[in-house]
Amino acid sequence: MLLNEFLILAAFLFCTGVYGVLARKHAVLVLMSVELMLAGVNLNLVAFGAFHNNPIGQVFALFVLTIAAAEVGIGLAIVLLIYRNLHSADLDDVDTLKG
Amino acid sequence: MIAENVAFGIIAAAMALGAIGVVRTKNVVHAALYLVVVLAGGAAQFILLGQEFVAWVQVLVYIGAVIVLFLFGIMLTRAPMHPKDSLDNDLRWPAAVTALFLVGILVGLLVHTFHADKVDVQAPIRTGEITNSIFTTYIIPFEVVGVLLLGALIGAVVLARKD
Amino acid sequence: MFFLDQAWLVPLIPALSFVVILLFGKRMPRHGSEVGVVSVGASFVLACGAVVRWIMRVQDAKGGSALGALGRSIGRLGADNAEAPVLPVLHHVTWFQNGGVRLTAGIQIDGLAVVMMFVVTLVSLLVHVYSLEYMRGDSRFTYFYAMLSLFTASMLLLVVADNTLELLVGWELVGMCSFVLIGHWWEEKPNSDAALKAFLTTRTGDIGLLTGVIMTFFIVQRATGVGSFNIVALNSAVTNPNAKVGHTLILWCAAALMLAIVGKSGQFPLHTWLPDAMAGPTPVSALIHAATMVVAGVYLGARVYPVFYKGFSIADGGVNPMAAIGGITVIIGALLAFVQDDIKKVLAYSTISQLGYMVMALGVGAWTAAVFHLFTHAFFKADLFLGAGSVSHSGSHHSFDMKTDMGGLKKYMPQTYKTFVIGSLALAGIFPLAGFWSKDEILVNAGHNDYKLFLVIGLVGAFMTAAYMTRVVYLTFHGEYRGAHEPHAIPHVDEAEHDPIDTAASVEHDAEVHSPHESNRLLTGPLWVLSFFAVFAGFLNFPHFDKFEKWFQPRFPAGFAEILHPVAFNPILATVSVLVAGSGIGIAWAYYQGKLPQGLSERNALAHAGKRFLVNKYYLDFLYERVIVAGIKGPIAAGVYWFNQNVIDNVLNYTGRGAQALGRVTYDYVDQKGVDGLVNGLATLTGDSGGEVRKIQTGRLQFYALVLVVAVVVFAGVLWIAT
Repeated sequence: MLLNEFLILAAFLFCTGVYGVLARKHAVLVLMSVELMLAGVNLNLVAFGAFHNNPIGQVFALFVLTIAAAEVGIGLAIVLLIYRNLHSADLDDVDTLKG
Repeated sequence: MIAENVAFGIIAAAMALGAIGVVRTKNVVHAALYLVVVLAGGAAQFILLGQEFVAWVQVLVYIGAVIVLFLFGIMLTRAPMHPKDSLDNDLRWPAAVTALFLVGILVGLLVHTFHADKVDVQAPIRTGEITNSIFTTYIIPFEVVGVLLLGALIGAVVLARKD
Repeated sequence: MFFLDQAWLVPLIPALSFVVILLFGKRMPRHGSEVGVVSVGASFVLACGAVVRWIMRVQDAKGGSALGALGRSIGRLGADNAEAPVLPVLHHVTWFQNGGVRLTAGIQIDGLAVVMMFVVTLVSLLVHVYSLEYMRGDSRFTYFYAMLSLFTASMLLLVVADNTLELLVGWELVGMCSFVLIGHWWEEKPNSDAALKAFLTTRTGDIGLLTGVIMTFFIVQRATGVGSFNIVALNSAVTNPNAKVGHTLILWCAAALMLAIVGKSGQFPLHTWLPDAMAGPTPVSALIHAATMVVAGVYLGARVYPVFYKGFSIADGGVNPMAAIGGITVIIGALLAFVQDDIKKVLAYSTISQLGYMVMALGVGAWTAAVFHLFTHAFFKADLFLGAGSVSHSGSHHSFDMKTDMGGLKKYMPQTYKTFVIGSLALAGIFPLAGFWSKDEILVNAGHNDYKLFLVIGLVGAFMTAAYMTRVVYLTFHGEYRGAHEPHAIPHVDEAEHDPIDTAASVEHDAEVHSPHESNRLLTGPLWVLSFFAVFAGFLNFPHFDKFEKWFQPRFPAGFAEILHPVAFNPILATVSVLVAGSGIGIAWAYYQGKLPQGLSERNALAHAGKRFLVNKYYLDFLYERVIVAGIKGPIAAGVYWFNQNVIDNVLNYTGRGAQALGRVTYDYVDQKGVDGLVNGLATLTGDSGGEVRKIQTGRLQFYALVLVVAVVVFAGVLWIAT
């Protein structure tokens, strides 16, 4: 198996996640896109770990995973707060910093 | 080796479709489900690569907990359950272009760098090695992540309180 | 050496007396005349001292003590001493200095200066005394004496000047004094007109003086490298054979100064002012227009004679402008004297004629003769004028008209008659009176220096002079008294307006009634003094005695002395001139005795026309006043006025309006639109651009994220391409 297969797949996932972050209206969907990105990153790390036959890949993937989970928790808490204040989870409505 | 490649191909296709689904579907719940597909596919890939531990952790944590969290979030923010008009904002096209460029650059870079390097999977990496590594070399990051989890937990509670 | 070194006192004392009389004269017992007489008297004493001192100086240069020199000069007639140079006494102070140009004020006392000082102070003193009686009761008596003092001071300044600039100052001052004194009775328009005419005509000549003086500066500069107005330097520069002064410059200088002489000394064609100047009081006429001011031109010619000598090439003989003008003046003056009825006008034309003699003498190279004639003429002409004044004052009720108011005064005014006859004979040039010696010297020099034409002119002039003076004597003093009517024919201040302080004198004057009588001693005294000089002054230049020449001829600089070659006495020519003069007297006498055909001009048309031509003074006045002056006043002045109003004023107006429009345009476009637009535009630009940039801050998270990602992509791309 080519290393590049995994890496390209990871890149694809990452970029799709970027697209989602930028293009989706609903805050939760944005968070999901962030998850996509992190999935791609994880794949990347693990592929390299396998390539070098080193557990370090998995270790870091583990850490990323943990942090991702924490981050989703916090993120959703924030989204809930936004929803509570604005009665809408549409990110376009969060523009009080508009100049 | 051919079986691995085919397996990879199928799983990769599924993941790709799932990813695109996440970012393009008009139904929020469907997006979450697509995400499940992607994460599951990811786990399968991990197994293909012989990294079984993280594969199962991913299934447990990501699919088990994080997706549930997402579904809770969807529920609590009264996101529309059924498909409605586009869930995309008006940055769609610039974002698409940017993402394409990004993927182009990344792919080009990868191809340019790694040419035809092969991943040689001898045997699955044993869990003992991983934990050895965690608890000896990377013990401090491990502790920090633990504190981070604690902080996230408290923070989420604080944030979500209703006063 | 006091009298020579301090000769600057001589003009200074009358100048001070002028100031004193002006300030305090009215309050003095004799209204300022005492100050005037005393000051001029003091100047006269100083001038006499200067003469004596100068003579001693000349004798000393030839060797020997003063007393010995005096003895020698009386005892040994004809002692011919060596011609040693005698330096004039020079003193000066620097008045103004700037950038290499030094202007000095100083004195140059030499023979010519002392002669002039003597003449001026003597005649002025006599006139001052004369005026005590003549101007008694005049309402501007004090002012008259003040101006007499000022005039004396100015004339003396002119005479002692050591540089042409100072001479110019004196010249102008005497011109001004002449104007004031001629117009003394300015209430009558003819008098003020005459004063103005005198001033303006001499002013025309002064153009020449100014340019000539400036040219003298440059002549000296060409010769020595340093410009100066100094007269000694000028004479040296012109006569120095090594000096590189161009002949053209000297010629132009001589021509310019000649113009000045023509104006001031009444030469043709600027002589027209002199007869009109007789409108002034007679003492003024005697002092200024006979003896002193009018000879200022001749004095100038004598002072800077080398300029004329070299400029007009007098040494070459033939005809030169100076001699020609002088000669013409001799003839026309004499001709006009024949047709005048006013005694003063006859004397005025006679003065013109005699001045012509002096200028002609200078023109034929006879320097000594000219100056000597100046010297003697002053005495007998002043004598004649004061005599005429005496006649009018006491004989003809202040009238000067011979035909209507005089006649037969011989028996009423014997002293005046005698002095007048002496003066007339001297003027006519009868042996042994003064005029004979001086006129004869002119004639002999003219003949000798290859100027035979002017010898003839001089003889013709002598004939005419004798004739018209006989006419005057006859009409005034012989025949029957014609003056029983019309007192005060000459306009002057009426006796009713006499100064109240002098009522006693005026009453006494009135009490004398209007019958002719001999004049007061104050009037006749000066007449006798002048007659004395008219008789004896000529002997100064008696042949082989030649004291005038030896004492007063310039001996410095050497070049100047060399150009003077006085010619010796010629007894044959002397006899001829006496015969000519005598025949003039004889013919005129015969005419008036009735022995010659009378009334020629009434019968013969040509003679009548000729007489009319003369009476109208050759129509020169017509030319000057109606043609030249009116032409300038009329069309030219109108043209200039039109030009001024329409062209110049319009230029100014349009310039003003143009400036105004320019201002408005500048305000509207440049300021309001341009500058303000720029400033406002900048502000607007800033505001608008800010407003545009503000839109980047949408407040939307995803937008910021997009920007971030785009930046990263770009960065990555650039980095990748770069490597």
